[in-house]
Amino acid sequence: MTQVLDAPARVGTPHPGRRRALLQRVGLGPSGSSRPPLVLLVPAVVTAGVALLPLVYLVVRAFEEGLGVVGDVLLRERTARLLLRSLALASSVTLACLVIGVGLAWLTTRSDLPGRRTWAVVAALPLAVPTYVAAFAWISFLPELAGPVGAFVVLTACSYPYVLLPVAATLRRLDPAGEEVARSLGLSPWQAFRRATLPQLRPAMAAGGLLVALYALSDFGAVSIMRFDAFTRVIYTSYRSSFDRTPAAVLGLLLVAVTVVLVWFEGRSRGRASYSRVGSGGARAQTTVRLGLLRLPAVLLTTGLAGLSLGVPVAALVYWSAVGDRGQVDLPALLSAAGTSVGFAFLGALVTTLLAVPVGVLAARRSGRLPQLLERAAWVGHALPGIVVAFSLVFLAVRYAYPLYQRTPVLVLAYVVLFLPLAVGAVRASAAQSPPALEEVARAAGARPLEVLRRVTLPLAAPGIGAGAVLVFLTCMKELPATLLLQPLGSATLATQMWTATGVAAYSAAAPYAAALVLLSALPTYLLGVRTGALDRTPEVSP
Amino acid sequence: MNRTSRRLLAGLATAALLATAACGSDDEPGEGASGSDALIVYSGRNETLIAPLIEQFTKATGIEVTPRYGGSAELAAQLLEEGDRTPADVFLSQDAGALGALEEAGGLETLPQTTLDRVPAKYRSAEGAWVGTSGRSRVLVYNPDLVPAASLPKSVFDLTGPAYKGKVGYAPTNASFQAFVTGMRVSAGEERTREFLTAFQANEPQSFEGNVAVLEAVDAGTIPFGLINHYYLYERAAEAGGLDQVTARNYLFPGTDPGSLVNVAGVGILDGKGSTDAQAFVDFLVSEQGQTFFAEQTKEYPLVAGVPVELEGLPPLEQLGGPDVDLSQLESLDETLALLDEVGLT
Repeated sequence: MTQVLDAPARVGTPHPGRRRALLQRVGLGPSGSSRPPLVLLVPAVVTAGVALLPLVYLVVRAFEEGLGVVGDVLLRERTARLLLRSLALASSVTLACLVIGVGLAWLTTRSDLPGRRTWAVVAALPLAVPTYVAAFAWISFLPELAGPVGAFVVLTACSYPYVLLPVAATLRRLDPAGEEVARSLGLSPWQAFRRATLPQLRPAMAAGGLLVALYALSDFGAVSIMRFDAFTRVIYTSYRSSFDRTPAAVLGLLLVAVTVVLVWFEGRSRGRASYSRVGSGGARAQTTVRLGLLRLPAVLLTTGLAGLSLGVPVAALVYWSAVGDRGQVDLPALLSAAGTSVGFAFLGALVTTLLAVPVGVLAARRSGRLPQLLERAAWVGHALPGIVVAFSLVFLAVRYAYPLYQRTPVLVLAYVVLFLPLAVGAVRASAAQSPPALEEVARAAGARPLEVLRRVTLPLAAPGIGAGAVLVFLTCMKELPATLLLQPLGSATLATQMWTATGVAAYSAAAPYAAALVLLSALPTYLLGVRTGALDRTPEVSP
Repeated sequence: MNRTSRRLLAGLATAALLATAACGSDDEPGEGASGSDALIVYSGRNETLIAPLIEQFTKATGIEVTPRYGGSAELAAQLLEEGDRTPADVFLSQDAGALGALEEAGGLETLPQTTLDRVPAKYRSAEGAWVGTSGRSRVLVYNPDLVPAASLPKSVFDLTGPAYKGKVGYAPTNASFQAFVTGMRVSAGEERTREFLTAFQANEPQSFEGNVAVLEAVDAGTIPFGLINHYYLYERAAEAGGLDQVTARNYLFPGTDPGSLVNVAGVGILDGKGSTDAQAFVDFLVSEQGQTFFAEQTKEYPLVAGVPVELEGLPPLEQLGGPDVDLSQLESLDETLALLDEVGLT
């Protein structure tokens, strides 16, 4: 049975032998032997180099006091305990996000859930809520939530869209042929989904799950407010306590090692199957599954999730604004901070996306060792807490780029290092979905690699690249620790102003900044949700 | 690429240029991070508090100041990374530990004796690298409706007794609580501190998010006692329109009890940055005007003799007790956190 199902699951893959031969001839196939075009390779190497910058610093700092100290830090009982604690948190959050993300993606793309287009947008909005805002909100309503449960709830509520968005996009694009064949062979709808569709979602789930896991590992806002003693807290306190940067650097390297392992797992679970669709005509519209009796529970579930992930923070913001005794909002300051936030985040998104394109396209088109290595290098900074990346860039910029230090370019560079994988993943996923045959044809017609990239690959991947850019923008808007240390002297962003207000426990003064941050992020998130929705060609089923 | 996306790209590129230009104009003037004429101050104390003080300074002296705000510890670590190429001239810290770490690394200038002498020797660096700007004492805040003043404990160590079971509020993640534990470790020893924390934990204390929340609970009578800093009560009194509008009261453990640790915020000049402007800033903070500002705005103890502060019910600075510890040495927080983690007080 499985063998029969394998074929429709990979529908559209041409005969392997013929295809490889053709691809090798035009120098574009997924064969390790042919050299990738320099147009992609050179910038990709540059990107990987940028992503690896923090490693230079971490290695210098970690080993400056000799191997003995490194061993001491690594072998401390507390180090192991907290790493395990954080890994447990990260894996439970990832699991919950996978369940919620895939479930919501399916409900909003394939079922007759009432108002599912709206839900598709609403379900993406938690991305606009920084974890420290969500954590403050939860703890102000439910102080007893502090601890592992609180950290789990906040991180899950804030990060499930990382799974939802790619999975929903894949579900919408999926050719229904696979599931139809499975159904015609006598499988129930659930079996057909599990055995024909789920394997196709694997890359999206793996990529989204990895983002969630690393987010949970590197987050400091939620765990510190929830008083959950996590691994990042050890890193922060070792800066905060002994002012000795060696232990923090050793722990940072440990986190990088964990990341490498996780990224390797993700690469493995992505598999070698081809996920692009090649055939005559476009994919047909998806059939809509009627929920029947399950409709009400589905509506309640979706509403409940929205309430938990959006309702709680919004209610807290409204409450804080209402009880505010500090009177009027300083509107010019608010507007200026909003402008600065948008400016920094925009530059961060632009540069990160530009750097991500060559790595993502290479990774989608090549299975050789070098493209893989380059792609994985991009992940290094993502699991590091913002403060570690910030200190790396302080160290490097002060020594080698002093005129740029504490100016916009170094801050933007920090955003690149921190958030590169968000863009690389999006580029790779969308480039992988467009059929390589189109590039092959262009090559066969005599187009140079750069021209193929410009006229075929990029236009086809453009929606995905845009989505990646939006993700980076959102995450830059929320970033706090690196922004505090690296932003130009005298500038202030929404996130830093919020931090200032909460520092004197003036929640009411923080509320307008938090609200502006959430609102400004909601617009691009909305576009992100709509974009995934725009590909939806299924008519809504009237009940 | 179709026409629409091309237009979109062109639009985005223009916006990017504008954004760059806008950001660029923010960090004028100068040709590098330190190219500016303004005095650069790294402040670990909150902008809400310090910005008005800086305004007063500029008004009084005509010297422009460009601040960078952050956590005291993060800024200290940043200054250590920057080394002698730091753009900063002055470092203003929330606690003595961060200044002590910089001093140890040779990152601070020695201040002139006249500046140092404004403040009692206890509240400044022994080598003259930094000077305290304001002081705060740990207190036991209590609700007189629930507890008569006569029956208050003689020592923080008494709080582990059965009479206090479930009755003490505290904020375990607060830096001041952690400094109190560090002070106890330094003054009373590791063993005694471990015993205290274990017994304290077994006595079911009630943990809160921050000192303000502890005070609110005590004031409302939810719990009788709380371990916080002295100024929270007076800030609340100022908001409520007088101390008589507030129920809670501060209590200081007598003598050298670790429960009454006095810690200071302070200031130092970065190595090689001993300009007259930087010196003027430090002197302003320990001037009568600067000290009055702290006394009025934060209800902290001014450290300069003769500057009045209204702290009803608390003794003057000279009579404050607390453990006899070198404040620069309150930086061994690592061990404190490990200990708190070990006994489960997180």
